[in-house]
Amino acid sequence: MKRWAMVLLLALVIAAFLSPFASPHPDGLERVAEDLGFLKKGESPVLRFSPMPDYTVATINDERVSTALAGVTGTLITLAFAWGWTKLISK
Amino acid sequence: MHIPDGFLDAKTAVATSAASLAALKYSMTKVKEELGERDVPSLGVMAAFIFAAQMVNFPVMAGTSGHLLGAALAAILFGPYSASLILSAVLIVQCLFFQDGGITALGANILNMAVAATFVASCVYSAVKKLKFSGSEIAAVFLSAWISVLVGAFLTSVELALSGTVPLNAVIAPMMLVHAVIGIGEGIITCAAVGYVRRFLDGKSGACANSEAGGETN
Repeated sequence: MKRWAMVLLLALVIAAFLSPFASPHPDGLERVAEDLGFLKKGESPVLRFSPMPDYTVATINDERVSTALAGVTGTLITLAFAWGWTKLISK
Repeated sequence: MHIPDGFLDAKTAVATSAASLAALKYSMTKVKEELGERDVPSLGVMAAFIFAAQMVNFPVMAGTSGHLLGAALAAILFGPYSASLILSAVLIVQCLFFQDGGITALGANILNMAVAATFVASCVYSAVKKLKFSGSEIAAVFLSAWISVLVGAFLTSVELALSGTVPLNAVIAPMMLVHAVIGIGEGIITCAAVGYVRRFLDGKSGACANSEAGGETN
């Protein structure tokens, strides 16, 4: 097994088993935007084609399973995208 | 601190996009010089790891959360140029597939988190490490991670103010304060992750040599 597989494995474990238990509270920028009253300005995304908005899979009702699935999918998409991008330029 | 659509005006969106495009183009030529095909899997896995870790929001203060940025982690292990590509890949996937960060703010988010945060982290890490006191390695990791979050928060505040969304004097103090706390989490997670990841991934370590802090053009 390649050495980098150990890090990928940890990433997949985090995405599948830790992300469903992430804090649901707003992040720093959202908190400040809410406190200063400009959060509403950011509530209409220009593009709505994202397949998994807010890290959820629409067809799955269980919130934790939905987040875990979105997390694992996103981890693999990021792997493929970053791998492909760097492979293209490192040739 | 992913900026959504609607927070930035057109001029700020265009200016930040132009700046991050220029910075990424330069990073790509540097990565081409530095890296061989052998290093490609490590960069891909680093990006995947940061994506996963960014999903895990941790609580800070009442009713607020933060999550890892990963700019310092990537910069320490791979240097600023590769790190900027790694973070950009994460931000692009988050924007397109998960509606996290607006498409019109993608340039700004890349500038703040993938360009400026990685370059500053890389410089802080090198500078502190050079002091060579006992524990300078761990101090360098923690401090670069903490500061990278503040750099992102500072630029975000400036961009919001330039866009007329909120006055700078109103936004700067709360943004820096909350991110100073989130940055402590960033520092702890980065310290914990850097050793594990370094054992398994190959990469150029985070030299700061001739790295113009690419984000400051805005």
